[in-house]
Amino acid sequence: MVEQKRLIDDRGLRVDGRKPNELRPIKLEVGVLGNADGSAYIEQGRTKILVAVYGPKEVHPRHLGLPDKAVLRCRYHMAPFSVERRKSPAPSRREIELSKVIREALEPAVFLEYYPRTSIDVFIEVLEANGGTRCAGITAASLALADAGIPMRDLVAACAAGKVDGVLVLDLNDDEDKYGEADLPLAMMVNLNVITLIQMDGMLTQEEFKTVLNMAMEGCKRIYEMQKQALKAKYLAIKEEVEV
Amino acid sequence: MSFSPAISRVRKTRISQLISKGKRLDGRELIEYREIKIERGVIGTAEGSAKVNIGKTEVTVGIKIGIEDPFPDTPEEGVLKVNAELVPLASPTFEPGPPDENAIELARVVDRGFRESKAIDLKKLCLVPGKHVLAVYVDIYVLNYDGNLIDASALAALSALLDTKVPKYSVKNGEIVRGEGWESLPITNHPIAITFAKLEDKLVVDPSLAEEEVMDARLTITVDDVGRICAMQKGGGGFLTIEQLLQAVEVARMKANELRKIVLGGG
Amino acid sequence: MTIYFEKRSLVVPGDLLAEGDYKVGENTHRVGNKFYATRIGLFDFKGKTLCVIALNSFYIPKVGDIVIGTILDVRVGGWIVDIKAPQLAMLRVVDALDRPFEPTKDDLTAIFDIGDMILAKVIAYDRTRSPLLTIKEPGLGKITHGRITSITPSKIPRLIGKKGSMISILKKETGCQITIGMNGLVLVRGKNPESEMIAVKAISKIERESHTTGLTDRVVEMIKKMKEEGGVSSG
Repeated sequence: MVEQKRLIDDRGLRVDGRKPNELRPIKLEVGVLGNADGSAYIEQGRTKILVAVYGPKEVHPRHLGLPDKAVLRCRYHMAPFSVERRKSPAPSRREIELSKVIREALEPAVFLEYYPRTSIDVFIEVLEANGGTRCAGITAASLALADAGIPMRDLVAACAAGKVDGVLVLDLNDDEDKYGEADLPLAMMVNLNVITLIQMDGMLTQEEFKTVLNMAMEGCKRIYEMQKQALKAKYLAIKEEVEV
Repeated sequence: MSFSPAISRVRKTRISQLISKGKRLDGRELIEYREIKIERGVIGTAEGSAKVNIGKTEVTVGIKIGIEDPFPDTPEEGVLKVNAELVPLASPTFEPGPPDENAIELARVVDRGFRESKAIDLKKLCLVPGKHVLAVYVDIYVLNYDGNLIDASALAALSALLDTKVPKYSVKNGEIVRGEGWESLPITNHPIAITFAKLEDKLVVDPSLAEEEVMDARLTITVDDVGRICAMQKGGGGFLTIEQLLQAVEVARMKANELRKIVLGGG
Repeated sequence: MTIYFEKRSLVVPGDLLAEGDYKVGENTHRVGNKFYATRIGLFDFKGKTLCVIALNSFYIPKVGDIVIGTILDVRVGGWIVDIKAPQLAMLRVVDALDRPFEPTKDDLTAIFDIGDMILAKVIAYDRTRSPLLTIKEPGLGKITHGRITSITPSKIPRLIGKKGSMISILKKETGCQITIGMNGLVLVRGKNPESEMIAVKAISKIERESHTTGLTDRVVEMIKKMKEEGGVSSG
């Protein structure tokens, strides 16, 4: 019988020392890849993800293009060394599902109708996975799209919340996701206050669901502010450097 | 679903006009399901099976039982595997080939409902801890696509699991021996998936094909016997407001009770 | 009626710029009476028109634009040209040759081959077709010498400067001919590689610091310094 892991200790702290409402430390960098039209890198706790955006450009093969708008294509992929037990490089069913939900989380934000018969490709590479990869991927992908100069209605910020050892918590890491009772990833266009991704697996009462949803929304709002800072960072640094 | 053909603008306008008045193309209320028919035991070669029609959407689920190695993390639990095929004969938009992102999403959403609600007590499916456990294969076969595959598939899967007869196995000297007779699966929860489509600013349950073709976004909420939410999935490229989400949870809990009565009462 | 940002402040996609009776300008988007930025850039407004001068953008062809392109493929009717736009452009034979094309005698690759760069003009473009180019105007045609550098298309006005002030200084101080493609590619032709290099570095500085003030002075200073170090004279 596998020993059930204790995820919340006697002081109410989580396995990594966080309080229930605490985000993991987040680092965001924009414009990190030379060849991509836009790119971004995120670290959230030990999760590390790199995102590249190419486009808008001609669609290949041609018949996949749409006559009235650009096609947004998204590939969420985990590097073989990103998890404890080596993962085969071939796309798994999980990666295929996540590629779809991430694409659908970003689509409402992009002005696809401005660029018919083109494609905008988003490549999300998970270099190290420690929980919350789809949310971190969406957060970084929004920055990469903005970095590529693709017009957007708003940035999409994403964050998960859930239930672990009976406690409602924000930003689950890998252990909490694996051994906890519920995980709810959420993505929002914060300024417009709408949800572009919501999934839940686990078990929550209606009341718990409302609380967890609110926690995740708060998390998204905090991450949104970080995204804005990250986009401006490069330009503000140059300004400071040269303007006397 | 996978590749939307050009939608008639006239139809799209019609649907929008009706929705603003709280009406749907086929005359249904916003929270009304099409006619649901469930038939159990339709496939003789499967250990359990069921065919579900919601309106003209038709899904058949076959359950096969096997003996497998358990997953390393759960050496004393049986294995549940859900797969879905969007068979080409079901729609002009389905292409032959391995499951695409829609088939995979469908299977995983249905799977989540059963897994997270612990519908099947997997611990009761262990034969030899760490070595041999029962595997329950749920194969979803979509035979006609007329909207709302998720709910039809989930209903068919639940009905098929309830229909399933597992051979009685016992372990003698480390060997698995087939005994006499059959027993049912240890089912302790009955998750029901309720899917909404967002049309204009309203949410409607059980979207028809025409509604799916024009919808902004899709939301599936899976509810268990005591009204807990065990799975949720937003699909489609649009967005939802928080009010719409919370309202959908209310409606889903109510509709799940209705649909569960059909599954448990009928068949 | 409220404007929430000062002129020249740095805004990002989704920033609420203003609320009220305004007009949508470049890189802004309206929802009801709220106006949002759609790209990262510097906020500006002229009268009631709100706009954002994008710091990251890509080229969208406009009829009449002079562009620099690379020949990617040679086809029966002409050449496929990469003009760094979302769609590939087409240069038809009829828009390249002054005389009628004779398939048995003429070899298209002899005129332009894959990899050649051309200075061309956009003669047609709309949402239903790829951009069409011509080289049948004075000054257009194959680029035979010089250096090509690039700049984000939305920063071209900064490179040109008010009434051409910036570009005139660049040309004068480096002694180079500088041809700006509206698609963000810039052709620099100088008397020697050293002066071309100085021009390229200056353009790169303008690209990097386009959102700052005092740029013109710093560019002049940098060019002077580089000329002193390199021992290069202008003119």
